[in-house]
Amino acid sequence: MERNLIINGAQAAAEAARLCRVQVVAAYPITPQSKIPETLSDYVERGELKAEFVRVESEHSAMAVCTAASIVGARSFTATAANGLAYMHEQLHWAAGARLPIVMPVTNRGMGAPWTILNDTQDTISQRDTGWMQFYCMNNQEVLDMVIVAFKAAEQLLVPCMVCFDGFRLSHTLMPVTVPDQEKVDSYLPPYVPYHKLDPDAPVNINPVVMSDPIPDPNGLLSPGYMGFRYRLQQSLEGALPVISEAGARYGEIFGRSYADPLYRYRTEDAEFLFITMGSLGSEASDIADMLREEGIKAGVIGVRIYRPFPAEALTDAIKDIKVAAVLEKAISYGYEGPLMTELKAALYEQKGNRPALSNFIFGLGGKDVPSGDLLNTARETIAAAKAGKPGGVPTWIGYGI
Amino acid sequence: MSVQPAILQYPEAERILPGTRTCAGCGVPIAYRFILKALGQKTIISVPACCVTILHGIYPKTPISANTVNTTFASAASTATGLVAGLKATGRDDWTVLAMAGDGGTFDMGIQSLSGAAERATDFIYVCYDNEAYMNTGVQRSSATPEGALTTTTPVLPKQQPKKDFMQIMEAHHMPYLATVSSSYPADVYEKFEKAKEIRGTRFFHLSAPCPTGWWYPTKDTVKIGRMMVESCVFVLYEIENGEFRLTGKSLNIAKTGKKKPVNDYIALQGRFKKMTPEQIASYQSSVDAKWEAILKRAGF
Repeated sequence: MERNLIINGAQAAAEAARLCRVQVVAAYPITPQSKIPETLSDYVERGELKAEFVRVESEHSAMAVCTAASIVGARSFTATAANGLAYMHEQLHWAAGARLPIVMPVTNRGMGAPWTILNDTQDTISQRDTGWMQFYCMNNQEVLDMVIVAFKAAEQLLVPCMVCFDGFRLSHTLMPVTVPDQEKVDSYLPPYVPYHKLDPDAPVNINPVVMSDPIPDPNGLLSPGYMGFRYRLQQSLEGALPVISEAGARYGEIFGRSYADPLYRYRTEDAEFLFITMGSLGSEASDIADMLREEGIKAGVIGVRIYRPFPAEALTDAIKDIKVAAVLEKAISYGYEGPLMTELKAALYEQKGNRPALSNFIFGLGGKDVPSGDLLNTARETIAAAKAGKPGGVPTWIGYGI
Repeated sequence: MSVQPAILQYPEAERILPGTRTCAGCGVPIAYRFILKALGQKTIISVPACCVTILHGIYPKTPISANTVNTTFASAASTATGLVAGLKATGRDDWTVLAMAGDGGTFDMGIQSLSGAAERATDFIYVCYDNEAYMNTGVQRSSATPEGALTTTTPVLPKQQPKKDFMQIMEAHHMPYLATVSSSYPADVYEKFEKAKEIRGTRFFHLSAPCPTGWWYPTKDTVKIGRMMVESCVFVLYEIENGEFRLTGKSLNIAKTGKKKPVNDYIALQGRFKKMTPEQIASYQSSVDAKWEAILKRAGF
């Protein structure tokens, strides 16, 4: 039966894993993720979730366990953040290269040094090129829903997926969340059937050494070289957006909350100015858009919900009539600019015509508060800079002063 | 020893087919052949980056007729853990999970995941095949390299520090079964793996596998070198079952007869020890003697 609970983001992620009937959970504690494995171990020990819970000695091992368990056909789940995610880096490539539909919530947290336990998205952005899909959530309902959608899409595509949500801002914040009915989730997400069935009489050598050039198998059939494997992963991700969109639409049909759109859109129909952002900043920016409209500025918000695969077409289409936009980010590609800014500009290059004036703002690193006044100012500055014909340049950092 | 050694009944089916990619004279496949015979068909193997990765061949061919999952360098034990968990979660806990890792992937890089898996009493067999250096990458020093050995990262001054005593580390994990084996004594290998297969929990094997490429001796001498290593008590064959220590095979024989060969016979045959001075060899002899005496005492001799 559907239930309405008031829970934090970490609990929402754990609840989603239970609803997905994950079979193997391997996790190592790290703030602010810890409540996810704590909740799941509680479910397992009480018999409310039939799963193997492996209390690993590191995140590196957590992902090794998930990878191996997924290879032999178990739906596998873990969660981490920040340095834990960085410690997994090698295994992230391995899991994606092995084409395993592992789902991993990440409670976004800033990277050391120096230490911070608080939120930004530098951790997941740094793992952008590992071959994983990345979904970003705006509230706790999205955390729960997108974990379920992630399993659906991942198992179709054989590509692992991170479900990213802001540490503390969502992971530790209580919000009303509708928890769907188990039977309905079962109908949406049938049991995981691995691509390869383990058979003692037909043994295989999984993830072996592969040469550069294709080599014939014993029957003379050419088998892919290393680039052949890499290209297939890219092909799957190039074709992933419609699959994710279909999984999101189907979710909407059953549960009433559709994720067919890779973008969160708020008052964009008649907007002349947009905030373009990711994660929970989209929620804050929506409030500011309302305030700007009271000032007579037709403002709206785009939140990039699916970051990998990158929804370039949807994004450029969404801003085709926009002249001015502020790109708000909680991550930085040191020595250049915010990564979303770079990707947005690259997407626009492909589009003939509209070249909106874009300004890039780096906000909230290491949990730094993002005050409404600062967000209002970014809008005003961006619009003023566009009018003066001098947008762009290096990103503007907000809130770094002593 | 049993009257009818188990090796006389080993299965004829070969799990290692002709065409492995190991160097000529490699000690590993000699033992591996009997390990796989003892463990049977329903075995799945976790292989980190090591010489056994190469042994298993290059895609799309493999000479190993057993399901294998290759993994990252530090992950032999965590991958085995995942296989155990995945098989159990899907109702197939009748499989034997085996990890085959080198000394670099065990003594050095893999020690964290191995220690974690052993502490959690994960139900699998871990084999550290020890060729006493990073052989797969070209003979670089590991913490399993013995004192006095030249390697490509101790090229001028032979390794200064003694080999890590890994069995002591593993014994501290309260394991139901751990044993040493040598590729030069396949009967001992087969019998210990047959026994270990029936035990639940983490079982650990330290397999000594001589390496002509890294130890600098002629490829034809692998079995001989491995035997001399045991005959001189540089490597001792034993098993520890639920804390009970037993010498086995040749080492038991040496304990009974007292016929122990000098370490120099073993050292002199290998190029890697060519810079050892007579004083260093004498010092090595005394450390081997001291360890052997302690083992004899523990074994009740």
